[in-house]
Amino acid sequence: MSENKDILLDIRDLSVQFNTDSGVVKAVNHLNMHLERGKSLGFVGETGAGKTTTALSILQLVQTPPGEITGGEILFNGQDVRKMTDAEKRRLRGGDVSMIFQDPMTSLNPIMTVEDQITEMVQLHLNLKGEAARERAIEMLRLVGIRPERAKDFPHQFSGGMRQRVVIAIALACRPQLIIADEPTTALDVTIQAQVLELIKKLQQSEKTSMLLITHDLGIVAETCDTVAIMYAGHLVEYADIKSLYTNPKHPYTQGLFNAVPTLESPLGSRLAVIPGLPPDPTNLPKGCSFSPRCPYAQPICHEKACGMREIEPGHFVDCHFPLTPESGNKFLEHPAKEAE
Amino acid sequence: MTMSDNLIDIRHLKKYFNVSSGLLHAVDDVSLTIPRGKTLGLVGESGCGKSTLGRVIIGLIKETAGEVFFNGEDATKFSGEKRAEFRRHAQIVFQDPFSSLNPRMSVSQLISEPLIINKSCKSKAELDAKVAELMDLVGLASRLTTSFPHELDGGRRQRIGIARALALNPEFIVLDEPVSALDVCIQAQVLNLLADLRESRGYTYLFISHNLSVVRYVSDEVAVMYLGKVVEKADNSTLFRQPLHPYTQALLSAVPIASVGPKKQRIILEGDVPSPVNPPAGCRFAGRCMYRQEICTQQTPELVEVEPNHFVACHCTGHLVRHA
Repeated sequence: MSENKDILLDIRDLSVQFNTDSGVVKAVNHLNMHLERGKSLGFVGETGAGKTTTALSILQLVQTPPGEITGGEILFNGQDVRKMTDAEKRRLRGGDVSMIFQDPMTSLNPIMTVEDQITEMVQLHLNLKGEAARERAIEMLRLVGIRPERAKDFPHQFSGGMRQRVVIAIALACRPQLIIADEPTTALDVTIQAQVLELIKKLQQSEKTSMLLITHDLGIVAETCDTVAIMYAGHLVEYADIKSLYTNPKHPYTQGLFNAVPTLESPLGSRLAVIPGLPPDPTNLPKGCSFSPRCPYAQPICHEKACGMREIEPGHFVDCHFPLTPESGNKFLEHPAKEAE
Repeated sequence: MTMSDNLIDIRHLKKYFNVSSGLLHAVDDVSLTIPRGKTLGLVGESGCGKSTLGRVIIGLIKETAGEVFFNGEDATKFSGEKRAEFRRHAQIVFQDPFSSLNPRMSVSQLISEPLIINKSCKSKAELDAKVAELMDLVGLASRLTTSFPHELDGGRRQRIGIARALALNPEFIVLDEPVSALDVCIQAQVLNLLADLRESRGYTYLFISHNLSVVRYVSDEVAVMYLGKVVEKADNSTLFRQPLHPYTQALLSAVPIASVGPKKQRIILEGDVPSPVNPPAGCRFAGRCMYRQEICTQQTPELVEVEPNHFVACHCTGHLVRHA
């Protein structure tokens, strides 16, 4: 890793587990990644892959117990958030790092006007008082395209898209250095999603904010992010810049993921190539590579020993013994999987 | 007209709901046909009336006006045994397999419920055999017979929902966002299952979804709804290759593309979908449309055939065809 890059967030060897009645859930295992200032990183994976747990770890919001960060460092501006004092953590949460949650219906306070909700944040983190805080709130609403005369309205008086704009206004009000957006548009319709993504991109560029975008939609990542990290069963499996990963995926899971999504360009009348089977039980991860039981390229060593992340091209990391090359073809297509067990 | 080519023929169907603020036009004068053995995709954003339309067609909600011809007979006039028979032939799979299954019933109880209610099996042995056959058909392992919904993942739960819909040998199935709650890999498995079933059993589907890529993948014909009205209908390849209604164009351009390289021109619509309560006269889309003319706010455009089997409800279609 070259030192001349301006790295805002550097996660080193992070492991998080949940101690539940049915066993230890290894939610995140030895995760390494970093994010440069002003850039955005797409974080892709299925439900339960550990994306949200990683995001919550950055803010030190993993509930303990049952959750537990068992190892690693999370360096934000060079300082390990795990070693921060409570006062420092409070400044981090909502101040330097803010979060946009998936569901704007539940992340806003239903009995406060939207203006008051932004003002509250500004008073807490920017040290603005009274009229100055109120002005900042109105300015933020205007920035996200909400007319000032609606500032005194309550969340239920807004549509889903407008509510998500309010959440974005709150997230940006304190000029954070990092935004964590957890599925910010999943609850929205596609035309509204396009509006919101356009807005996030524009604001991110004008405010020079970094973004960690959690999503399962590869299309959104392609249109919004600079780099992308693919997660599977608590492990980062591939990590590269957008262009390299989309044109030349190296991990079989990434290839399978691309196959499984119908797009507006995919040929009509063909079957979708699916990844056989289901993600593993997180309390009982398979020996070796966790994707090996579902991998059509798997060799005996894959079931014995995990490979670990390695850089096979500059900036392109993959956790696979046999990274794909353009000559590998596509085994998901050659052997259409039977879904029934 | 006993055996029509169109299994489903909807004519001027309307469904209005009385709400405190007025009359909510959920489905407003919709006419559609679905040929036997084909899939009609119905797309639109939340609140456009697509789910209401699906439910009115199979008689789960009583229509305000209009007719639904099923096999050439008006299903809205059915009563008694005739109505029960229609209900057996027209089934629905719901969106959310987490809330549409009774959490206190096992997989076999859930699948046998429709068979027991309709007294389709004469003996316990016949019932068990039928349940086993259905589970096999939708790809559920027999070891799951005694499992409960909370023990299963979303994909398997949705397979139970599909098995329940197939239990009574229907001809027509409304699929109301059947894969929206599923992860992408599971979604692909369920889509393949639905395609296989249609091929082997000749079902006719109404596939309701907000996901354009999925609709494009499964449908023969596609209808686009906006605020209770069908604004465009065409066969699959035509609609996605050459959309003519300004709303369809905006909808298609809003879908994020999972590839790098030159980006297509994106149409960002201004504002939100207006309320379907007491909608104003004229075109429902006029307020957000960049081609708006004076006539658009005065007169409601009719769905007209602008080229063979391509229907568009827009006053400016002539203009759009030239620029497409």
